[in-house]
Amino acid sequence: MSTPIVEARGLTKSFGKVHALAGLDLVAESGQVVAVLGPNGAGKTTFVRSVATLVRPDGGELRVAGIDAAAQPEQVRRVIGLAGQYAAVEPAMTGRENVTMVARLYGQTRRQARSNTAVVLDQLGLTEAADRPVSTYSGGMRRRLDLGASLVGAPRLLLLDEPTTGLDPRSRNELWEAIRGMVAAGTDVLLTTQYLDEADQLAQRVVIVDRGRVIADGTPDELKSRAGRDVVEIRVRHAADQSVVAEALGRLGHDAPRIDAGTGRVTIPVEGGRAVIAEAVRALDALAVDVDDIGLRRPTLDEVFLTLTGAPIDSADPDSDTPTDSDVPTIPTTDERFAARAA
Amino acid sequence: MSIVTFDAGQITPATRPAGAFTAAAAVAGRSVRKFVRTPQLLVISTVTGAMFLLIFRYVFGGAIDAGPVSYVTFMVPGYIVTSVLFTGSNASSSVAQDLEEGFTDRLKSLPVSRTAVLAGRVVAETGLLALGLAATATIGVAVGFRPQGTLVEALAAFGLTLVFGFAFMWVFVTLGLVAGNVQAAQGMSLLIFPLSFVSSAMVPVASMPGWMQPVAEHQPITVMTNAVRSLALGDPSLAGLSGSTASYVTMALIWSVGLIAVFAPLAVLQYRKA
Repeated sequence: MSTPIVEARGLTKSFGKVHALAGLDLVAESGQVVAVLGPNGAGKTTFVRSVATLVRPDGGELRVAGIDAAAQPEQVRRVIGLAGQYAAVEPAMTGRENVTMVARLYGQTRRQARSNTAVVLDQLGLTEAADRPVSTYSGGMRRRLDLGASLVGAPRLLLLDEPTTGLDPRSRNELWEAIRGMVAAGTDVLLTTQYLDEADQLAQRVVIVDRGRVIADGTPDELKSRAGRDVVEIRVRHAADQSVVAEALGRLGHDAPRIDAGTGRVTIPVEGGRAVIAEAVRALDALAVDVDDIGLRRPTLDEVFLTLTGAPIDSADPDSDTPTDSDVPTIPTTDERFAARAA
Repeated sequence: MSIVTFDAGQITPATRPAGAFTAAAAVAGRSVRKFVRTPQLLVISTVTGAMFLLIFRYVFGGAIDAGPVSYVTFMVPGYIVTSVLFTGSNASSSVAQDLEEGFTDRLKSLPVSRTAVLAGRVVAETGLLALGLAATATIGVAVGFRPQGTLVEALAAFGLTLVFGFAFMWVFVTLGLVAGNVQAAQGMSLLIFPLSFVSSAMVPVASMPGWMQPVAEHQPITVMTNAVRSLALGDPSLAGLSGSTASYVTMALIWSVGLIAVFAPLAVLQYRKA
């Protein structure tokens, strides 16, 4: 195959005592969306910032489209586009002015900038709002504009750092569509996310990062089977029955059952699939518990992450967060300026 | 909603990176637009500028003996010089805000000279400073300030203040980059305000305690004020100064060049790191 779009070997980067990257290896081939998944402080953002030449790794080797990022960062900047965690657009300017400015900074002539801006705005569905100040845009529109600005230079590699953090579900879906459309058209995408469903939805390849290292790597399906077992999932009608069910069925499982109080679910990792579920149904009959649903399914990426790291994805050690590595937690606002960059 | 698809094939890519001038102009264009389209910025800075000028003119002025000229004529040139600091501290905050909001990341990920990007910013901020200085000078005239020198000298005073403003803008951009967030930038900017008061800008240095005079006499705001005041009054002796206008202007220019020589590289370095 051709030169990998990103080739990282043994990348290290420390901020004081915190090792944001601790020997990270990642080779991303052209033609696919690669999602870097991990909890806050795992090193995702530091990695993307390294690829974007915003952070200079302390050690290791990093090539972007075959270009050595340490030796020729300015060459790397010609082939990448970056859209960060915040919509990096000027609210006082119109959408068109924002994108045109970036186009000019990519080195496009006035004419090129004008026509490319029109193309980008059109393809992202922003033509109607193009001549309005960005301060009147919704959060989702700002992100799309930000995406547009990073695309106007026709980058070979688009870097998206938590592209949908803080967006409402509808805006999220719109942005996902845009990203999928882009990949169909041949732009490579490297994105970071802490949302498992986002990685599942968008990426052909998921790289799970924890404490500055890659701990798992594969297609979403491969990762799910690597975590091994299928899961029997039971939804009881009365939450009070959860523990009874968990206790009764615990012996069928390969691992301890998990109880999710909010949804009334009990999940049990099992081996042996169908035979187990038949047994589970018989056991539930004997208990005389009201069951709304029972089924056998593949594990979610959440469960994969739990298996691989021993900790659920959203309860990562907050101490591993670094001041400069801005893997911030989800900000629940859908608009405004996402000003709360984690200090 | 629309079906969103993106086709990079429809984009005509650039054949070469943007030149330094184009890059600086693009960045400057943004600063200027932001300024003119945020009327509250304009109004607030003009109003606060006018407010302090009026306070000095009408409240403190009566208690300050400015020597051969009226206090308003003494004070306005100095006040204009210190307004460089007020405007500069706003620039510092806005640089820090760009860092906080990821705007700087975007600019730094683009294939343009980082020096050009910063220079564009500083030039734009200096241009906006010129507007502010003109407004302050106008208010000064309205409350009784009269330049005593020739028109050429008055214009030279204005131009010199801008040179000084350009130099100090690099200091404030560096501060903003070091601060990294708006609150810290505002805090650091406050530290610079003693500079404006421990100087000849508002009061004659001779009225200060003896131990303070050497500091006040040799710091850049005083140097700059002496030069601008000599030009505006047409005669340094009217400003209670013993040297020649040329010597004060030379000193002011040396200070400006020195500040640029130190802080422009520092700003670029800090920008790369930030």
